Amino acid sequence: MPAGTLYRGREGMWSWVAHRVTGVLIFFFLFVHVLDTALVRVSPEAYDEVVATYKTPLVAVLEYGLVAAILFHALNGLRVIAVDFWSKGARYQKHMLWTVMAVWVVLMLGAMYPVLGHAAREVFGS
Amino acid sequence: MSTTETTASGIGPVEGASVYTVDNPAPLIEPPRKRTKKTPKSTRGNFEMAAWLFMRLSGIVLVVLVIGHLLIQLVLDGGVSKIGFAFVAGRWASPFWQVWDLLMLWLAMLHGANGLRTIINDYAERANTRLWLKGLLYTATVFTILLGTLVIFTFDPNIR
Repeated sequence: MPAGTLYRGREGMWSWVAHRVTGVLIFFFLFVHVLDTALVRVSPEAYDEVVATYKTPLVAVLEYGLVAAILFHALNGLRVIAVDFWSKGARYQKHMLWTVMAVWVVLMLGAMYPVLGHAAREVFGS
Repeated sequence: MSTTETTASGIGPVEGASVYTVDNPAPLIEPPRKRTKKTPKSTRGNFEMAAWLFMRLSGIVLVVLVIGHLLIQLVLDGGVSKIGFAFVAGRWASPFWQVWDLLMLWLAMLHGANGLRTIINDYAERANTRLWLKGLLYTATVFTILLGTLVIFTFDPNIR
């Protein structure tokens, strides 16, 4: 096989892949999330018991991952809208992706303490 | 003289002269796929375009609703630690948050269901596989939307 013939994609393709993957993950979470919230119609105890598992350190890491997926999907979704509706959107799609990634990193840093702080205190002691 | 040579009127050297004159005009050829009275009415409608537009419009609204939701539930006022039955009861006492959550539920479920429909259409190659996967998707979507709506409207803070 000749070297260097595999198409590895560029920014546009990989953002498209990431948009699909994060979208599917968020949709499956949403399904579970509506089911767990429906427990408020069963009893306060049943609801509080399930929500207690959401406060464990392991699930806190999953929540941080959920925030990461949602923020990327939201920011990249705005980029897709700009590509479709802004006359210069297609020309600046790469610039907009790097802007998306920069804003995403800043927001993820900002979410680190609020989402993971309680888990870190529990695991490493306060 | 080259045989590939053509004149401005598109007449090759073999014809020598145009066969059409003012008294014998060239036949009018209609453009292919032109809609005429005989063209059957489209049976598909504009569903795919409506779905495309819905993804963009609902996406903009969802950015506000979902990021606001994440701020309230996971960031402000102690993050996830404060969530419990009492916290839910406090928020759903206000019609504002009921409408917020209801709108978020409907838009997010329809946005997500349409996204998964696109993915099934892209990757499931057999017609039967597509049929079953989409059947499962639509069932789960309708069930989740109805359940969530019922929970928001019938929530009872004094259930116990």
